[in-house]
Amino acid sequence: MEVIISTAELLTTDGIPLKQSLRKAERRNKLRAFLLVFPLLLFIFVTFVMPIGDMLLRSVDDSQINSVFPNTFEEYKKWDKGTDELPPEEVYKNLFFELANGDKRQIGKALTRMNYAKSGWKSLIKKTTREIKKIVKKGEEPKSYKETFIKINKFWADPTYWYSFNQMVNDQSSIYYWNALDRTFDEDGDVVLQDEKRRMYIKTWLRTFKVSIYVTIFCLILGFPVAHLLANLPLRYSNLLMIFVLLPFWTSLLVRTTAWIVMLQQNGVINGILVWLGIISDDGRIQMVYNEAGTLIAMTQILLPFMILPLYSVMRVIPKSHMRAAQNLGAKPATAFWRVYLPQTIPGISAGGLLVFVLAIGYFITPELVGGKDGKLIGSWIAYHLKTTLNWGLCAALGAILLGIMLIFYWLYNKIVGIDNIKLG
Amino acid sequence: MNDTSQSFVKFEKIDKSYDGEVLVVKNLNLDIAKGEFVTMLGPSGSGKTTTLMMLAGFETPTNGEIFLDTKPISKIPPYEREIGMVFQNYALFPHMTVAENLSFPLEVRKISKPDIKEKVQKALDMVELGNFGTRFPAQLSGGQQQRVALARALVFEPRLVLMDEPLGALDKNLREQMQYEIKHIHDRIGITVVYVTHDQSEALTMSNRIAVFNDGVVQQLSTPDILYEKPENSFVAKFIGENNTLNGVVREVNGSSCTVELDGGFGMVKALKINVNEVGEKTQLSIRPERVSIDNSISDSNNFLGKIEELIYLGDHIRARLDVCGNNEFIVKVPNEGSFNHKEGDELKLSWNSEDVRALDL
Repeated sequence: MEVIISTAELLTTDGIPLKQSLRKAERRNKLRAFLLVFPLLLFIFVTFVMPIGDMLLRSVDDSQINSVFPNTFEEYKKWDKGTDELPPEEVYKNLFFELANGDKRQIGKALTRMNYAKSGWKSLIKKTTREIKKIVKKGEEPKSYKETFIKINKFWADPTYWYSFNQMVNDQSSIYYWNALDRTFDEDGDVVLQDEKRRMYIKTWLRTFKVSIYVTIFCLILGFPVAHLLANLPLRYSNLLMIFVLLPFWTSLLVRTTAWIVMLQQNGVINGILVWLGIISDDGRIQMVYNEAGTLIAMTQILLPFMILPLYSVMRVIPKSHMRAAQNLGAKPATAFWRVYLPQTIPGISAGGLLVFVLAIGYFITPELVGGKDGKLIGSWIAYHLKTTLNWGLCAALGAILLGIMLIFYWLYNKIVGIDNIKLG
Repeated sequence: MNDTSQSFVKFEKIDKSYDGEVLVVKNLNLDIAKGEFVTMLGPSGSGKTTTLMMLAGFETPTNGEIFLDTKPISKIPPYEREIGMVFQNYALFPHMTVAENLSFPLEVRKISKPDIKEKVQKALDMVELGNFGTRFPAQLSGGQQQRVALARALVFEPRLVLMDEPLGALDKNLREQMQYEIKHIHDRIGITVVYVTHDQSEALTMSNRIAVFNDGVVQQLSTPDILYEKPENSFVAKFIGENNTLNGVVREVNGSSCTVELDGGFGMVKALKINVNEVGEKTQLSIRPERVSIDNSISDSNNFLGKIEELIYLGDHIRARLDVCGNNEFIVKVPNEGSFNHKEGDELKLSWNSEDVRALDL
């Protein structure tokens, strides 16, 4: 057979360029494939991409207050803090009219935002607005807006209030991120630590990491032998064992968490048994719940299947002959395990570890219920700001940092282990 | 060879049961000389792999003792037995390169780095994979993996090498090629090999001696030619090579020969008395297809007629399936000499020597 090597474009028998013909022939299939996945794409876009995008935008968004005080902020930017102690007359004038004519609800929202920057804003503006509305009603036009403001409340002569405008005059702000890391802006717009009594996020972040790492390690220590048994027992025993692993997995999270409270509390089952056995005295009952220990114990139990299942799926396919071969070649059982078996389970260990760690770092319900005061994780703060303080900007920033940390871990994992090594089933 | 002082591996009265109800191996007595290539041949479930695993140390004999070099080994753990093994699916460690796989047995023996390197290279050269040290097992073909497994089992200079159906996963051509290669390596380094297979041609090709297993019992232990030509019972006759059978009853015993009356009144056959004892006993006669002659009376006592049921053209010979004395699975191989011009339905005159018919158990 003759082999034709040609630099010219390949043609089909009918003389159409081969590539074009191929595209045409494949078009229908491609379209059909796309239509099949389209609902899923749409679903992912609406339920996943959009909310996360919205969250990321919200974490830096500061446009609401800018829409309430556009002119005031415009004039404020012209204020030269070096020469004048207080902002120019124009700032007071614009603020006067924007407070007098502004939408009450919008101003209310903006006030919440201003209070994050400096507490005291809310009451000051509310008081001032009432007085301004009286002045407007009377039809008077103040000679000096500045003096009118200061007459209403002497805080208007305090430049620190005005300085706090600094962090609000732009449509975007990084303040929420700094807040999420226990930092804020000072008068000059520099990043400084929060007051001592307002620092709680760094502590919680560190605790979240610590708990997540411990939970991952405990899950590995407990899960490895179980997965090994599952993979090596005869089928009828391993099926039974698998049910023991999965049964709690199918039980409601709340039930399992509250069960742990029953088990661990001071008058609970474990303390009762220990007292009955005489190991501890009746007034020496151990505090095992509503603290970090409680969080660790309950989360380890709840996340254990996420470690066992990937490990099991990897161990199941490691031929039993490998351990035999290693021993046959002269390795003691421990050496055979360490050099032959363990390295082959690494995809399972890393998959399980990543899964447990990522789940633990964002865990909320269990630490909230059994964590008490010093067992709460960052998820509890997010929920608190989402439901109680309604500081969604801070919520979003905390969430975005969490997302970023997960992505960093994912990247590191990919670097070190390789993401195609992951095996979940 | 059955003398304990000479045998290198000795199985003595070995019984093995997994559940306490069924014996997988029954009263196994087997002696293997140093440097011998012994194959355990048998259908699946016949106990041959169990026997091998007992020798390797992964199973404990329920009764009896195995001696290696005159020392009992039942209490020695597998990792101290110094026995190499090639596993059915090679059991190469997928996370190690070929060279690392081969270094493994040397490293656990605390051999110095330069020595390891040298030995690994030598072993790789032996299986003609000298340049494959840095590859991973998954990057090798089935045949290459097989050779690596072989090299790994030999690299630490074991006292004995076991092979558990090592060629089972290869295609036919490669299998035959590897059979010769293993045979040549055995001839070159003179190591004792115990080989397990269910493939009789593999066993015949490679072995010094073959132990035919069935139902946990060694049916016959012999060299390949004796096993083929002088099977001692009907299982061996059927399992090794092609075999025609005729059933009957012993009517007369005369020294080493006997006369058998075929069932269904087809007449009398003169045969060698192998596995029958007395007159009136039921027996199965065994005749190899190539020992049956056509149209050419070579015997005065064993002449029969056979009707051709089927002819299969196989190039060098024609395979004829005949109906002989009520057995319509009677095979005769006719050499293709150009003179055979019968067709299906024809009757053929058959004849065989009484030395080629063996009266076996039923």
